Amino acid sequence: MPILRILLVRLLTTAITLAGVAVIVFFVIRVVPGNPIAMMLPPGATEEDIARLSALYGLDKPLIAQFGIWVSGVLQGDFGTSITTRQPVLDLVLGRLPATLELSIMALVMAMILGGAAALTGTRYRGGRTEGAIDVANGMALSVPDFLWGLVLILLFGVLVPVFHISGRVTPSLDLPFTTNFYLFESLLRLRFDLWADIVAHMFMPALALAIPLAAIIGQLLKQSLKETMNLDYVTLARTKGYGETRVILREALRNAALPTLTLVGVQFTFLIGGTVIIERLFSYEGLGNMAIDAVINRDLPLIQGIVILFAVIFTAVNLIVDLLYTVLNPRLRHG
Amino acid sequence: MSFLSIRNLSVRLKKGPSLLRRVSLDVAAGEVRGLVGESGAGKSMIGKAVLGILPPSIEVTGGEILLDGVDLLQLPPAQRRKRIGATCALIPQDPLTALNPSHRIGPQITDRLVDILGWTRPDAETRARELLAEVQIADPDRVLRSYPHELSGGMRQRILIASAFAAEPKLIVADEPTTALDVTVQKQILKLIAGMQARHNTALLFVTHDLGVVSKVCQKLSVLYAGMVVEDATVADFFAAPRHAYSAALLAATPKYTDPSAGLQPVPDAVIAAVQAEVAAFDKGLAHG
Repeated sequence: MPILRILLVRLLTTAITLAGVAVIVFFVIRVVPGNPIAMMLPPGATEEDIARLSALYGLDKPLIAQFGIWVSGVLQGDFGTSITTRQPVLDLVLGRLPATLELSIMALVMAMILGGAAALTGTRYRGGRTEGAIDVANGMALSVPDFLWGLVLILLFGVLVPVFHISGRVTPSLDLPFTTNFYLFESLLRLRFDLWADIVAHMFMPALALAIPLAAIIGQLLKQSLKETMNLDYVTLARTKGYGETRVILREALRNAALPTLTLVGVQFTFLIGGTVIIERLFSYEGLGNMAIDAVINRDLPLIQGIVILFAVIFTAVNLIVDLLYTVLNPRLRHG
Repeated sequence: MSFLSIRNLSVRLKKGPSLLRRVSLDVAAGEVRGLVGESGAGKSMIGKAVLGILPPSIEVTGGEILLDGVDLLQLPPAQRRKRIGATCALIPQDPLTALNPSHRIGPQITDRLVDILGWTRPDAETRARELLAEVQIADPDRVLRSYPHELSGGMRQRILIASAFAAEPKLIVADEPTTALDVTVQKQILKLIAGMQARHNTALLFVTHDLGVVSKVCQKLSVLYAGMVVEDATVADFFAAPRHAYSAALLAATPKYTDPSAGLQPVPDAVIAAVQAEVAAFDKGLAHG
């Protein structure tokens, strides 16, 4: 069972990766200037106050000892307590994770729909003006970064034609019956389409801003590999059977052409998740990224560590999912 | 009347040189016609034109392709496709690239029956099983569930042959169907195609550069040079006495395995020069006429 083997190998490499990430983030945030104690105390605090507060958070111990305490905690599922909010880091981080996951997945779905549509249309009408127009649009989408798209969208659909909400995750006055923080999914499951619409109206622009550059990448790469696939013998053979151009693209070419794109989408999706940090800030969206920025501003060391570790877990999970999907889509890998 | 009748077909690279020069040929129902010539003579191009799979860089500049009396070139694309799909089929050159790697074999044989001809899926699957048995595949059920990469080249060519005969086409274009295969497999595949053709009484347009193959499989042949038919004859007449100097030289150039001491006979330069002059004269005639 190659899938089982992939999983085992991945589990091992993931553990090593996470250990590396833990070491780097722990020491780097302690080397950079600024410390949480200085942020907490009012001006004019005495040396004694500083020492007492440092001791309270264990920041007076040698670095290696602090690291040991943190790691042994993490191994037992205790990621420490946030310095600013005094709440367990794990609760804070897991509370925000659903918001970011929903945003990223919505952005990914949008990117695949937009990019896929661009690639298929471009392939169907290849060599003509339609393909040229798609190439130009792709180029534009690619050359503007996601946060600028965010500003453009806010201007267009938040200010000029205000159809979407420009900040937050849900209208604050609404009564939320949710038991999880997966608002988007839970509202669907509870058949509360009114809430769902409100949530989508909040998520639409940040998700689209994240999606546009990825859509352009998908569109370009998929179109390229579709066009190459269209010249292969099995596609020609399908034409002689009486299939029209659209059927040939969808039935014969798409699945084979999607494979190289999929690998890239996996890598790009992790960049997209990284992009949520700024986009969430821009749209005041209450996700992990927004929390990460606050944590850095406040030098909330345990919280920063927790968020970074969680991001690392997400990245490796995404890569694993891509590898598994690849195996499913490509029958040649299944019996390897 | 001939099932396939090509009249004065001219094809060229868009705004470029001619690839087929007023090609005419007929294939009667159940007849096998060989198309021979050097690489680039345009033999595959004729097959592609008939099946409507000329690359986009190539355009038809004149002539008719009459299939059962209807000129394919005058039909709207969708109708042309349907007509070709229902009555013609292709046995491709390279079995390793002609099957879709991400579909199982079964649907690749039944797709035309179900999607284009409207068969029910169970009927099409039964038919596929029969066909695989007919091309001497031992374990049809397993093969139908397999992916192409799990099968050998010879096996895949058998599948492609089975698939070509699936809808009982009136005409099959075989585009050098044995060139990509191992020598030992070539012979079996050739025999298989000839046998299937005879049993199903299918007209066959057999593209090859091997006159030996033509003598075994075909009844008629067209010899091409630079997109021009230089000789159109029955196989018996041709091998007894080729009329055109170029086809005679081509026949003489075929290695004689029975007499190794004879060596290889290249087509003489004078013959090439003569046939090239003929092509040039033809082009000039076109330009003036």
